[in-house]
Amino acid sequence: MSKHPLFEEHVATVPAEQEVPSTPSAPRRMTLNMGPQHPSTHGVLRIVLELEGETIISAEPDIGFLHTGIEKECEQKHWQQVVTLTDRVDYLSNLSNNLVYALTVEKLLQLEIPPKAQWSRVMMAELSRLNSHLVWLGTHALDIGAMSMFFYCFREREDILRILEMFSGQRMMTSYIRIGGLALDHPRGWQHALGKFIRAFPSKVDEYEDLLDSNPIWTRRTKGVGFISLADMLDQGVTGPMIRAAGVPLDCRKTEPYSSYDKFNFKVATRTENDVYARYRVRLQEMRESAKIITQALEGMPDGSWHADAPHVVLPDREKMKTQMEALIYHFKIVTEGFRVPAGEVYQCIESPRGEIGYYIVSDGTSKPYRVHMRTPSFGNLQALPTMLKGILLADSIAALGSMDFVLGDTDR
Amino acid sequence: MPYIVLSLIKTLIVVLVLMHTLAYLQWVERKVIAHVQLRVGPRRVGPHGLLQPLADVIKLVTKEGMIPSHVNTPFYFLAPFIAVLFALIPMCLIPYGGDINLFGIHTTMQVTDVSIGVLLVLGLSGMGVYGVALAGWASNNKYSLMGGLRSSAQMISYELPMALAIAAPLLMLNTLSFRHMVDAQTGFYFGFLPKWAIFQGPFPQIFSFILFSIAGFAETNRVPFDLPEAENELVAGFHTEYSSMSFAAFFMAEYANMVTVSCVATLLFLGGWQPLWPAEYGSSFLPSLIFLASAVICFLHAARPARPFDRITLPVFGVLFLIIAGVFLIPPVQQILIPLFWFGAKVGGILFVFIWVRATLPRFRYDQLMRFAWTFMFPAALINLFITGLLVAVS
Repeated sequence: MSKHPLFEEHVATVPAEQEVPSTPSAPRRMTLNMGPQHPSTHGVLRIVLELEGETIISAEPDIGFLHTGIEKECEQKHWQQVVTLTDRVDYLSNLSNNLVYALTVEKLLQLEIPPKAQWSRVMMAELSRLNSHLVWLGTHALDIGAMSMFFYCFREREDILRILEMFSGQRMMTSYIRIGGLALDHPRGWQHALGKFIRAFPSKVDEYEDLLDSNPIWTRRTKGVGFISLADMLDQGVTGPMIRAAGVPLDCRKTEPYSSYDKFNFKVATRTENDVYARYRVRLQEMRESAKIITQALEGMPDGSWHADAPHVVLPDREKMKTQMEALIYHFKIVTEGFRVPAGEVYQCIESPRGEIGYYIVSDGTSKPYRVHMRTPSFGNLQALPTMLKGILLADSIAALGSMDFVLGDTDR
Repeated sequence: MPYIVLSLIKTLIVVLVLMHTLAYLQWVERKVIAHVQLRVGPRRVGPHGLLQPLADVIKLVTKEGMIPSHVNTPFYFLAPFIAVLFALIPMCLIPYGGDINLFGIHTTMQVTDVSIGVLLVLGLSGMGVYGVALAGWASNNKYSLMGGLRSSAQMISYELPMALAIAAPLLMLNTLSFRHMVDAQTGFYFGFLPKWAIFQGPFPQIFSFILFSIAGFAETNRVPFDLPEAENELVAGFHTEYSSMSFAAFFMAEYANMVTVSCVATLLFLGGWQPLWPAEYGSSFLPSLIFLASAVICFLHAARPARPFDRITLPVFGVLFLIIAGVFLIPPVQQILIPLFWFGAKVGGILFVFIWVRATLPRFRYDQLMRFAWTFMFPAALINLFITGLLVAVS
């Protein structure tokens, strides 16, 4: 086997230090340092703005304040342990990250996942999409000054977190989707709890729409704001609701179906205006579609096993472990040294609430990953920031920033 | 009684009541907004958080006043004083009720009755912008500066439609003194419709009232016009660099301005302390009825208490309400309390709208706000003034 370029030693080349202008380039201009501690940058994003009056002449994002080194840390963990790290990358849609990691490693392992696990994964990913969009809507409205929306959105989010807790025992960092299936079987009474929530949810989305769309201030603040040309978007690697709001029906769930998404009936929401308002409408529509998908998963949940038939990957039943020699040995092996994954490299992408999230994993055949690279949508979408903010008002920059829906943990990894 | 002693007593009463109103207005705001937003609001300090304002005051007073090293010190200290000074002075120009004849003393429920009260209040509230602008400038912080600039532009722009909106009812009432203004709104059409400026002929001032309210929101920097302190863009706007009492001064000024605007709106448009319907139909018994109903509710709930604690507190409050209901029926006290009740009820209603709007609406953008002032508010107020003048001249 020829050596993969990643296996060779690389000498890091440090780019020449970029000078942030401390004095404005023109006497009438003002340099404004926005962040990293600022109420509206949604985390520790720093943007150096050059203003003329209240008009933004140039904007330069400065990321890295939330760098956690998760990608590097993945190399120190067994394959299964990495799942808990992926939760913490994008802390608003944890299950999407679990899912993409599990799918990537399963591709290397060539595992067959039973339908029940696949459908539950879809259900969970959509729940986490709802969760993420609700937080987005609440904080976005809060940025524009509609305080109360935040609390209404968090009311529904609380229900979602309760359901996640019911399934996995955790509210946020669930790690529910594991390599080889799920962490646990479905709890008793889950249909009732989820059904109750999902039946009421579409009316809640209508309520949000009513509250915001019928308000002329809201439409004035969002329509025609934060425009960026489609060509720029494509150049800069923007994905997700942002590009769908520009009229491109790019959605990994449709274009590269994974985890039996092709068996579900849903539409990809698109708009053509490509402004803050369009992004808001796209996300609202996505919430409705997600609710449909969850309803389908709930009604058509297949019977069967919730994990793959792979004793060398999936931990055995507690009972089997106590009674069968073989299961005990597997348990001991998996817990102490993990499982080995065949050498190779693989890329898998899914549609996270923010856009295309892809994991590129290199394995050298041991029980730990050699390299895990995450192609995160927040990072891609953030590239459009300088183009988008150029020439608009400071107040609009808040609306435009909010419409991008980035998570700094996802950007910095 | 010598004039000076009487004035001192009245000032003391106004200051005491006003300070408590300002503190508790904040409590009311927190409670109302909390209930709009599915929360319960302050609950820890005292029953239903009733002592929360006290705790806030103690916290703000005992907190160390930080002075950032980069500020322009004299103006930095001057700004909160200016803001709070020009917010509080109008309070002594506002009448809270009619005349008092008690123990042989004849006086008015007002610290001082100025014959040009309206103009003075307008002028003083216009001066308030200096506090905000100076705070923004002296803080030597870019966010504060932008907050201060926005605020000056906004307050100056909205002063114009506000003054024009005020001019229209003044044409009809034909006076500049608050006291005479209320007198001019006495009486009822057809025996039931009050002759308040918003109902009064020849041209009911309802548009003027709406315009004045909108301009009032802008003047007091409240949502949806709270751009100077738009927290999501400008962190805290002009008071970013302030802490402890100097911060509290700005806070107090905002609430005092709110109360002033509500009082002026009540006096100009809603007939001051004139009742909603004539006394011969029993309007003087309304406060007693309200407190009686509250007492009955208290006793009913005390019979089936939700918590063991309620078994004691609810009857206590019930008895308290009964006593207040009784006090409103004593004739010599009644002549003081009934006008106060109506005035308070109207001001409270307007203040509630202030709070309600804050929980409901998003924020305007700076240019939209200015455009709104110059392309809608100003022409509308002008047309309204023109029509009023025409009709007053004709009739």
